[in-house]
Amino acid sequence: MKKYAFFLGCIAPLRYPGIEKSTREVFKALGVELVDLKDANCCPAPGVIKSFSKATWLAAAARNLALAEKAGLDIVTVCNGCYGSLFDAAHELHENKEMLEEVNKILAEIGLKYSGETKVRHFAEVLYKEVGIEKIKKAVKKPAEYNVAAFYGCHFLKPSKLKQLDDSENPKILDELIEAVGAKSALRKQKAKTICCGAGGGLRSQFGETALKFTKTNLEIMKNASAEMIVDVCPFCHLQFDAGQKDSGFAIPVLHLSQLYGIAMGMDSKDLGINAHITPVKL
Amino acid sequence: MKKVVSEFTEELAANGGSSAELCFQCGTCTLKCPSARMMTSLRPANLMRASLLGLKDEAINGDALWQCTTCYTCVEWCPCNVQVVDVITALRNMAVANGDLYENHKKVAQSLIKNGHTVENNDKIKGLRKNLGLSENPETVMDNAAAKADFDKVLNLTKFTELVNE
Repeated sequence: MKKYAFFLGCIAPLRYPGIEKSTREVFKALGVELVDLKDANCCPAPGVIKSFSKATWLAAAARNLALAEKAGLDIVTVCNGCYGSLFDAAHELHENKEMLEEVNKILAEIGLKYSGETKVRHFAEVLYKEVGIEKIKKAVKKPAEYNVAAFYGCHFLKPSKLKQLDDSENPKILDELIEAVGAKSALRKQKAKTICCGAGGGLRSQFGETALKFTKTNLEIMKNASAEMIVDVCPFCHLQFDAGQKDSGFAIPVLHLSQLYGIAMGMDSKDLGINAHITPVKL
Repeated sequence: MKKVVSEFTEELAANGGSSAELCFQCGTCTLKCPSARMMTSLRPANLMRASLLGLKDEAINGDALWQCTTCYTCVEWCPCNVQVVDVITALRNMAVANGDLYENHKKVAQSLIKNGHTVENNDKIKGLRKNLGLSENPETVMDNAAAKADFDKVLNLTKFTELVNE
């Protein structure tokens, strides 16, 4: 059985706890064991925090990586932001021994040491690569027969030279994961490509109206493809689409992939936490 | 009059932005940038040029630098392997070190200092978590004072607290 340290991050546990719950249930159903990464801190956020101080960002990320190392486990996260931060930090510390040494001087002050070997995985990537489409198909109890707009976000696949998961311009991982549980991927063969949700880099907090222009551009593409639902792999994109449709004329329900999988694996809809969503979800 | 600061490119490199020197100003980053497409003031190629030439004021002052969502589309398309997002992050670090930060970003940073997370917990979320059979607080630094004290030490040793609050 695959076993990972579950890194919660901020937005999932503290804004959409249904994502946390669904992830726990779905992985359990698929034979992936999660051990909570206790005492973890914010990844830290690649937007505001890394923009303020790369030194703080790296040391704080290293604390999380070191906690996982101490537990003898690789990290799994449900959030593109956390994935971006932790993956990038792990990569830098693996490649740059001087940087690792500097960071370890800080970690030594709190009784930790990091050797530079923790791997960082994304929920969707673990599903695709470790569980596999065939096993997922067999675990479906109630096919999720919706026309779904797959939203990859940015830091799941990019920078693709580092992540090496999929073609960032014409990706297929999420489309295949969606189709594996009985849904139809609405955007798969569309010419119009989605863009960043608009939330990242500190844009949502400081320039909210501009961020919504990104969101609306995506919503138009999804509406034109008659999408009944948006499925994301990032609680921050999730927040941007869910809150961003308020008073917009759009009302496309937003689910994290873990929640779509929850539906397909027979979870009770009240356990998906969709009552926390701003854009109503009717299943 | 634009002022050339000769130490600027060295300072940029020390902050992780050395790849700006690979830029030959083709403009592909700007062409593919969704923020530029939304008609913000961000033109990544202009920031790369200012970085190359040592035009510090042009590079780190103004809103343009903060209109980037770090989506990495520019990095995917750059024919010269310029790590555009790393350059922008380095420029932002330099702007913040100059005391140039937005109030809303400061609030996010202050939440990190206070909670160890960029957002706070509240009664509504605690209720939702409880109904889902989850602990009221996630079992992170938010729920363990000793772990939070360790995290505070990391913030202090990297001078984050003084950076944000001064």
